[in-house]
Amino acid sequence: MPLTIEDVATRLSTQLNISLSLEPNSPAPLIIIPADLLRDASKFLRDDDALRFESLNCITGVERAGAYEIVITLYSATIPLMLNLKVKATGEDPAIPSVTDIWPAADWHEREVFDMFGIRFEGHYDHRRILCADDWEGFPLRKDYQPPLFFHNIPVTVNVPGGLQIPLTRIAK
Amino acid sequence: MGIIEGRYGPNVVITSVDKLFNWSRSRSLWPITFGLACCAIEMMATSASRFDLDRLGIFFRPTPRQSDVMLVSGTVTVKMAERIKRLYEQMADPKWVISMGSCANSGGPYWEYGYHVVKGVDLIIPVDVYIPGCPPRPEALIDAFIQLQEKIERETIAKKV
Repeated sequence: MPLTIEDVATRLSTQLNISLSLEPNSPAPLIIIPADLLRDASKFLRDDDALRFESLNCITGVERAGAYEIVITLYSATIPLMLNLKVKATGEDPAIPSVTDIWPAADWHEREVFDMFGIRFEGHYDHRRILCADDWEGFPLRKDYQPPLFFHNIPVTVNVPGGLQIPLTRIAK
Repeated sequence: MGIIEGRYGPNVVITSVDKLFNWSRSRSLWPITFGLACCAIEMMATSASRFDLDRLGIFFRPTPRQSDVMLVSGTVTVKMAERIKRLYEQMADPKWVISMGSCANSGGPYWEYGYHVVKGVDLIIPVDVYIPGCPPRPEALIDAFIQLQEKIERETIAKKV
């Protein structure tokens, strides 16, 4: 009888000595982890002989009602089971611990979440932007993001809210 | 080109040299190898065996120093725009630019809400031929090269058309 998501949550809450909430209506099995316990939980999930969540599939971010949620998708080929961990971060400068030394695959995923949402991953060995230019300002997937009018003298926004239009000077041959 | 520019009319020497230069330039258009987005897949298909750009004397060079044509095939992001401009400036004169697809022409689907897309590559570098389409068929790309050949044949060394 393979382990179910409830068994995994029970083992994890026994190990961490806290009660974990499992979102029952989520499309994929999802456990909410407090940010300060993320690294302990990750090491246990990876190293426990019965669980062996050795593969990190994805890290993504969500902004919901002013708070940020980071969703880490793990896969165990031993059980087999796919599991999502959700970590919450708040504030103007949200930050959670990095898991790059536990799963090296997290490297570029964490950089992308930082690039798009501005969530810092404390302990990441190469913490910088990955998609936008290095001197880009702001984090594009935040709900209150306003794109710049110009970037290095290249017009970026054509229709500014309020009806103002940026004139585009096209270079004639 | 600078010494004789504007000083001579279409006399027998100028027109004969024009004919030779324009024939050789238009029959050996070497584009620089780079692709930006899905248009690059059509560009690769055009240069492969089914559509075979080689039969027109067009094949891709790996360096801007040996290239005559810049084929902007796809979405130009603001991060890439500076690299494109630098590659264009590294190409030796005479040089031409083909803008391939809606994104390179005007920003395409990223016109209004794309925070990172340049609204047309002609804001960065001058463009000779525009190809509409998303992405354009290989036949459209071949037609653009033929139109560029016709444009080159109208040029003269005495005055740039």
